Amino acid sequence: MHRVKVRVAEDALDANATIAEANRADFDRAGVAVINLMSAPGAGKTTVLERVLGDGATIGDGVRVGVLEGDVQGSLDADRLAQLHVPVVQLDTGSGFGGECHLDANMVRSALPLLALDDLDLLIVENVGNLVCPAEFRIGEDARIMVSSVAEGDDKPLKYPLMFRTCELVVVNKVDLLAHVDFDLDKFFYHLEAVHPGVAHLEVSARTGAGIHELRAWLAGVPDRDCRGAPA
Amino acid sequence: MHEFSIASAVVATAVKHAGGRRVTVVSLRLGALRQVVPGALAFAFEIVARETLCEGARLEWDSVPARVRCTPCDRTWTLERLPLRCPRCGDGGVAVVGGEELEVESIEVEEDAACTA
Repeated sequence: MHRVKVRVAEDALDANATIAEANRADFDRAGVAVINLMSAPGAGKTTVLERVLGDGATIGDGVRVGVLEGDVQGSLDADRLAQLHVPVVQLDTGSGFGGECHLDANMVRSALPLLALDDLDLLIVENVGNLVCPAEFRIGEDARIMVSSVAEGDDKPLKYPLMFRTCELVVVNKVDLLAHVDFDLDKFFYHLEAVHPGVAHLEVSARTGAGIHELRAWLAGVPDRDCRGAPA
Repeated sequence: MHEFSIASAVVATAVKHAGGRRVTVVSLRLGALRQVVPGALAFAFEIVARETLCEGARLEWDSVPARVRCTPCDRTWTLERLPLRCPRCGDGGVAVVGGEELEVESIEVEEDAACTA
C-alpha cells in the first residue's frame, strides 16, 4: 500500500454551479427572469415585497410575479404574501426545528415542480435571512438584490463584503427611521462604493412606501435586461 | 455555518476523483475573498467525511491572496484591504483576478502496489 497524489483542480461548488445552470436553462425556457433577494434577518425583505406587490401580482407593464420563500422553518412569510394573491411557494431548508442557513441551487431545483413557471415573467426568490452564507451559493438567478436596513448600521458593507459585492442592486430600507438612529447614509454609500464601486442602489421605506415605486420599476425592468452575462 | 455545506461539497468532489480508493489528504486553494473560515471548514470536514472514502483524511489549505487589476492603468496588485479602488488613478472599475478560489487542488489516495504495475 502506498500513497499517490491525484490532481483535481475543481471548484468545490462545481456541483452547485451545474445545478444552478440547469435551473437557469429551465427559467430561460419558460421565459422567467429570477431575482435572488438577500438580507440579514429583519431587514424587511418580506415587508418590502408586500409593498411592491400590494396592488396585485403584476407590476409595471403586466409583468407577472411569483415568489419562492426560503425559510429555515415555517411558512409565516409565505402566508403573508399569499394573502395578497401572489403565487407563492414555500421552501423549508430543513425539517423539524430548523435547517440550512441559505438556499442552494438544488433546494431551488426541488421546488421547480411546484412553480407554474409558464404563468410567470419574474420569480423572486426570498433567501434565508443571513449576510454570509447565501452569498456563496448561486441558484440560477439573473440578478441579486440585497436589502440593508438603516437599523443595522452603516458599516455593514465593510463587514460583509461578499454579500454587497455580488449583488446588482442594494435596497436601503427603513429610511423613515433615519431621524431616530445613528445611521449615516453618506457613510454607508462611501463604504458600499469601497466594496462594490458603481453598484445601483435605492432608498426605500416599506413602512411609508417611499421609494417603492422606483423599486417596482427596477424589478419590472429585469425581464427585459440582458443578464445573460451574469454567472448562473 | 455554510462551512458544513461547503465541507460536503469538498468531500463529494474528493470522492468523485478518488476512484474508490481511500483518501488520506485533501488539499484546497482558499481565496481570501471567500467568507470561509478554515478552522470551521476543517471541523465540518472531519464530521461530514465520516463513512465516506474521506474518513480520517487530513484537510490542508493554501490561502490565495486577493489580486485585483485596474483596467485604465493596466496594473495588477495584491489587495491587502478595502477599498476596491486603484490607488494610482482612483478608478473604481477594478476587476478581481484572484482570491475567489474555493478549489479542491489535489487529493492523496492509498493505492495497492500491485495496482500501479
